[in-house]
Amino acid sequence: MRSRSRRKSYSLRNSGINPSGFHPSQIQFYIILAPVVAFMLVPIIFIVSNAFKPPEELFAYPPRFFVVNPTGKNFADLFTLFSASDVPVSRYLFNSIMVTVVSMAASLIVSSTAAFALSKKRFKLKQTLFAVNTVALMFVPVAVAIPRFLIIARLGLINSALVHVLPALAMPVGLFLLKQFIDSIPNDVIEAAQIDGASDLQIYWRIVLPMVKPALATIAILTFQATWNNADTSAMYINVEGLKTFAFYLSTLSSTTTGANLVAGQGMAAAAALIMFVPNLLLFIILQSQVMSTMSHSGLKG
Amino acid sequence: MTMRVSFRRWLRKEGSAYAFLSSYAVLFIVFIAIPVVVAFLLSFTYFDTIQAPRPIGLRNYINLLTQDDVFMKYVLPNTIEFAVLVGPGGYMLAFLLAWMLAQLPRIPRTLLALILYSPSMTSAVTMAVVWKTLFSSDQSGYLNSLLLDLGIIQDPVQWLQSPQHLMPIMIVVTLWSSMGVGFLAMLAGILEVNPELYEAAAVDGLSNRWQQIFYITIPSMKPQMLFGAVMAIVGTFQAGSIGVALSGANPTPQYAGQLLVNHIEDYGFLRYEMGYAAAISVVLLLMVLFFSRLANRLFGEEDR
Repeated sequence: MRSRSRRKSYSLRNSGINPSGFHPSQIQFYIILAPVVAFMLVPIIFIVSNAFKPPEELFAYPPRFFVVNPTGKNFADLFTLFSASDVPVSRYLFNSIMVTVVSMAASLIVSSTAAFALSKKRFKLKQTLFAVNTVALMFVPVAVAIPRFLIIARLGLINSALVHVLPALAMPVGLFLLKQFIDSIPNDVIEAAQIDGASDLQIYWRIVLPMVKPALATIAILTFQATWNNADTSAMYINVEGLKTFAFYLSTLSSTTTGANLVAGQGMAAAAALIMFVPNLLLFIILQSQVMSTMSHSGLKG
Repeated sequence: MTMRVSFRRWLRKEGSAYAFLSSYAVLFIVFIAIPVVVAFLLSFTYFDTIQAPRPIGLRNYINLLTQDDVFMKYVLPNTIEFAVLVGPGGYMLAFLLAWMLAQLPRIPRTLLALILYSPSMTSAVTMAVVWKTLFSSDQSGYLNSLLLDLGIIQDPVQWLQSPQHLMPIMIVVTLWSSMGVGFLAMLAGILEVNPELYEAAAVDGLSNRWQQIFYITIPSMKPQMLFGAVMAIVGTFQAGSIGVALSGANPTPQYAGQLLVNHIEDYGFLRYEMGYAAAISVVLLLMVLFFSRLANRLFGEEDR
């Protein structure tokens, strides 16, 4: 494929961008990347290591980074003890799982229907609406926490399970990525289906959705991160203990003011932190190649 | 009669498009558009949540710029320092890391990308637990213990409670978790650049890697660069609550880690001065918009 003379001048197969194997010129990058990667890993390893530490190691002096005698005691404590308000921890976990699963399913439908319309349907406001969504990429939810609170209160969503789900569904980044991905489906495919008499709903369901699976996987991950990790919703909009989520419970464990039993609290917080983190990691590992393929369509034209 | 006919025609032509859009549009309007409009309107009022908002014109903005010592002395400088280091700093770091990863074969690249991305998956509440332990202020804190052992410090340092240490820690912690969606987009963008461009340039005598980055890589992936920039800007301003999470107090010790977002919460949810808090929100949104425009200038496609 590549001529030998050119190979000599620059492009050895294994040097440069996206090489297929090892080349000595890559060593320099490994050397630079190694400390960065180590730094990024420290807190992650710490989460894992701490979760399995027995109490005497959690409070050891001098402190030890790695666990020596791993134990499952912190997890056992977490699931046998009740929170200060008599709600079992499994209840928070169940709430989190329900909220996350429902949000992911709803988000996939809401984002993909809108993205299909913005990409493949013809209507007057199409460009304008997409531009509005692109501006909304810059939306910073915390900036409008107050009006959001007023609106959610006015809608009667305080203490409703729906408040965990609905605000997470308006996700401009999700719609943006999905729309860019659907753009890559040739219009001929859609037109051919139309000539065969397929309805819009059939085109959306049978043709578009199967072709954009990587983007759907990406939306699923983004929604997962937004809802599973969310402690604010429970703190701000929910006053009923039985409707709060696991992330919120973790935040109460770590705050010193409510930690009734500080020693047990530390171990439980470490175990809970690991339970919070692992699903994130697993989901990303499973879906990472899909995410990368979506990201190559992520370009934003100014 | 004619109106009904034209409405029917419109419905047949565009109705299905709007039907597909409707669910997203409703949620977008309720949870994004209306809050922004309400914030804007409230910013011209005095509102304590008990009585109805009372219009006071530009008073909130005037107070913000002339009366609010905390804002001028701490919040604004802090926000700018934090935003500059985390925003452009994190963005350049993300690009360089992505570029180096792109020079590696697939399997090590995927593994390292996963490690670099994994901090951005962690939630704020998870990390509050971890950082508080690592930076614990007594001698059994991990960082204190390490530095005491090495003889770098003599006494344990109050990392999260001392004004001079809080801000640097906030910046490091935020950078740590900033290799997110934008980083992945840039990595994908670099990998997509047509290799023939590099070969052609090599024939033309361009061989230095820096020249390659500036003359080939970046120009060929401007859209991804812009997407990464917008994500970096949003992430930077979004990360504002980190100081409060680390120090466990709002306001942060001597306002050392006080950012715009904390100032909004301070006035909105602690003092119930909603109108004033809304004015700060508008300033924050304008800052995000301004920086995004700037990024647009740098990386926007010329042929609009």
